[in-house]
Amino acid sequence: MLEVAGLACVRGDRKLFSDLSFSLQAGELLHLHGHNGSGKTTLMRTLCSLVRESAGEIRWQGESIHKLGEEYTREVLYVGHKNGIKDDLTGVENLRVSSALDGNPVSRERAWEALEQMGLRGHEDLPSRVLSQGQKRRVALARLLLNRSRLWVLDEPFTALDVAAVDFLQSIIQRHVESGGMVILTTHQEVRITREQVKELRLGWKEDGRV
Amino acid sequence: MFSAFRTLLGRDLLLAMRRRSDLFTTLFFFVIVVSLFPLGIGPEMNTLRMIAPGVFWVAALLASMLALERLFAIDYEDGALEQMLLTPQPLSLLVLAKVLAHWLVTGLPLVLMAPLLGLQYDLSSEALGVMVVSLLLGTPALSLIGAIGAALTLGLRGGGVLVSLLVLPLYIPVLIFGSGAVEATASGLGGQGHLSMLGAILVLSLLFAPLAASAALRISAE
Repeated sequence: MLEVAGLACVRGDRKLFSDLSFSLQAGELLHLHGHNGSGKTTLMRTLCSLVRESAGEIRWQGESIHKLGEEYTREVLYVGHKNGIKDDLTGVENLRVSSALDGNPVSRERAWEALEQMGLRGHEDLPSRVLSQGQKRRVALARLLLNRSRLWVLDEPFTALDVAAVDFLQSIIQRHVESGGMVILTTHQEVRITREQVKELRLGWKEDGRV
Repeated sequence: MFSAFRTLLGRDLLLAMRRRSDLFTTLFFFVIVVSLFPLGIGPEMNTLRMIAPGVFWVAALLASMLALERLFAIDYEDGALEQMLLTPQPLSLLVLAKVLAHWLVTGLPLVLMAPLLGLQYDLSSEALGVMVVSLLLGTPALSLIGAIGAALTLGLRGGGVLVSLLVLPLYIPVLIFGSGAVEATASGLGGQGHLSMLGAILVLSLLFAPLAASAALRISAE
């Protein structure tokens, strides 16, 4: 489904990784490992087509992702370091706007329900400005419950979340993988997800940056 | 596709309503700059009538530029821009929605305020009418052209100053034809030709500015 061939990324004059190849099938999770600064975030942003690769190719169902353009971004859901939520909008408004922009409008009730599932009961109609870091993260992650994208790219999704929320998020990820979705994930925490579905990729383990 | 356009337009207008202070900064800037000239120059009607078109247009130019910085910067900082790049919508359409919201919030109030301020300059009602029409055609073009500069300087240190250096030269044609239309009307020549040129500039920038700005956004977001 997602194939990466000979991928390289250079930032400034620093080579982050090169000659990176792997593939990801439906129902698989890729857990990216790597020390700080090894290029995990850059790799994820490259896979989302936010960053142009210096060399190599990323193919989605056999076609280059740059040729696919919006056909590809429809299939991708990216949660990065920034939550991408508006401080002056309430949780429900944020969720409805981002779903509508993703081409998948949801009703007010559905958005409300998703936020309750994320453990934000009683905070749905507060401006996000007054929420705590962890709660903002939960609003951002509530998109996972509404989105129909097949490939989830989650950069450190567990930061700022409490134990209960981490458990819940892991169960959502597990469910997505079991229903044939794909997940690419970085985290420094332990992921308890059925072992045989998990691929591991280590960045920056050898001195030339190869996996 | 158009529902995404409407959603983003609605979101930006709602955000502007929740932050009304931003909304009034541009308008008050325009009002104050325009009102300073009669105070500084004195009540000499002939001089005021003569400088009015230029003063209005330069003030509109500067006010429009003042507001540019915020066009994409907040989205860039909170990550909403990244998400915009990853939606299955044409980016130029989303840029157009953002620019339209930006113009409705920062440009349109200037246009509506202009006739009232024009009284300070003893402009004829005919000249005031042309002033409003020229601003109505010109300020959206300013927002569109400015969007390219705002997108290019996103995330740079001192981006605000750079934006003015990039964008002000591109504003010159709008300034010339905008103030030219009012001047021509005031001197009895008729401003039709100038207004047509302004319209042409608006159409051109409607076509090309969203494309250029989205290309610039993709580069800035890397």
